[in-house]
Amino acid sequence: MADRAPVYMDHQATTPVDPAVLESMLPFFSREFGNAASRSHVFGWRAEEAVEKAREEIASLIHAAPGEIVFTSGATESDNLALFGAAEARAEKGKHIITCRTEHKAVLDACGRLERLGYRVTHLPVDSHGRVSAEAVADAVTDGTILISIMAANNEVGTVHPVEEIGRIAKAKGILFHCDAAQAVGKIPMDVEAMGIDLMSFSAHKMHGPKGVGALYVRKRHPRVRIAPQIVGGGHEKGLRSGTLNVPGIVGFGKACEIASKIMPEESIRLAGLRDRLQTRILSELQDVHLNGHPRLRLPHSLNVSFAYVEGESLMMSMNDVAVSSGSACTSASLEPSYVLKAMGVSDELAHTSLRFGLGRFNTAEEVEYVAGRVVESVIRLREISPLYEMARQGVPGASWPVRQ
Amino acid sequence: MIGASREAASTKVVERCRRPRNAGSFPPGEPGVGTGTVGEAAKGDLVRIQLRFGEGGRIEEARFKVFGCGSSIACASLAAEWATGRTLDEALEIRNDDIARELELPEEKIHCSVLAEDALRAALEDFLDRGEADRKTTSGGNT
Repeated sequence: MADRAPVYMDHQATTPVDPAVLESMLPFFSREFGNAASRSHVFGWRAEEAVEKAREEIASLIHAAPGEIVFTSGATESDNLALFGAAEARAEKGKHIITCRTEHKAVLDACGRLERLGYRVTHLPVDSHGRVSAEAVADAVTDGTILISIMAANNEVGTVHPVEEIGRIAKAKGILFHCDAAQAVGKIPMDVEAMGIDLMSFSAHKMHGPKGVGALYVRKRHPRVRIAPQIVGGGHEKGLRSGTLNVPGIVGFGKACEIASKIMPEESIRLAGLRDRLQTRILSELQDVHLNGHPRLRLPHSLNVSFAYVEGESLMMSMNDVAVSSGSACTSASLEPSYVLKAMGVSDELAHTSLRFGLGRFNTAEEVEYVAGRVVESVIRLREISPLYEMARQGVPGASWPVRQ
Repeated sequence: MIGASREAASTKVVERCRRPRNAGSFPPGEPGVGTGTVGEAAKGDLVRIQLRFGEGGRIEEARFKVFGCGSSIACASLAAEWATGRTLDEALEIRNDDIARELELPEEKIHCSVLAEDALRAALEDFLDRGEADRKTTSGGNT
């Protein structure tokens, strides 16, 4: 077999920068190097102008006003600013926060810190597809609830939450709604007005933009949302996030959003087609494989599958020219498999056998066929050396394979 | 794990994971075979090593099967390879430290080599137990 370049199918982790994005950024490393906060000369003015143009593109993609975009270093910082900032600003109103078990660690760990500071956090369960119910959100609301933080779509299984319904509940009860949309923006339409979102985290590198730059949308009207800054020192971004702006990064972020605005409808259909092809081949060519995540309400580029009897890490290692992620962990520090799959009721055994595939702009139909073939051949080979597969085939008592917890 | 960092596996581990030596199992009921199974599928690691002893008290053939990560596969494969041709006492000298060193395992994968040693020892004990049982059956037949 001739050596070929590794195939990247881990676009939930990060994406390559689009060449048009890179080109837009380059002048701002050298010729246009000004500090956007310098008001006294043309270098600063030009940098500021570029930042404001990017702010407009970014706001437009999510149906916000430019003044509602606060630049950060990425979605993790945006999540931290939203949670700590809202909790601090609203502490006198109450100390209860609603979130769900399958949120990204940036939200869960921030909630953990708030719990240690005396806040009460409700972690809502999800169904077997990884979806939180809007009714459960409504039922969890108490007099002291100040914030609901539910992601738009999950990073491991791609399941899309009922964001619009949650937004309506939050509005009706006068509670702030924060949405971590790091995986969703640029993949599915996100509209902060229609969805009733008050705070929304997202980042450039998940949508073919550069790493190290993100944004927090902070609603300015109906209602005007107040949050407490967590980084101080200069009063940049209207006092909400101090620090010299990452001008090249922001310019690239703007370009990435401009491209997404134009091609998202077409691109999501193409990616869903490739993803469905990969899914169909895997599910039809192999037995004892299980789809993780919602069959329909799922990000178009996302696929998560458990391959019974084959541990995920060994599967990745045996096809190391294919870049994907696993829900398994085999380190002495942690033998716990994915908490997301656990929350969905997937058995530990099956969670250890999961792989996540994420397609992106530059993946081809040929790559999908190649990856499907590699997966099928590797699973068959590893099952041949799996004692569990042998026991299951021989019908050994007690060797049944638990699918659900 | 998704979101967690991990040290890269050594070339030796990758090679053995992709082309494992001594993979397989003996047919049920094959005489002179000791089987050791350790670990737990729910923890993502189940290791089985089987040893077939010949007339002269040496291990003629060793086979393994693993449900687990690439390092676990590599460790079990190496343990099985090293056990081949040894006597029971010599096989007891195979230690997880040596397996880990040979495969250049990072600290967080040392437990994989421990499982391989445990499975090997369990197989040796199983062989001894079976021998004991066989002798009992035999002596029982004489009285």
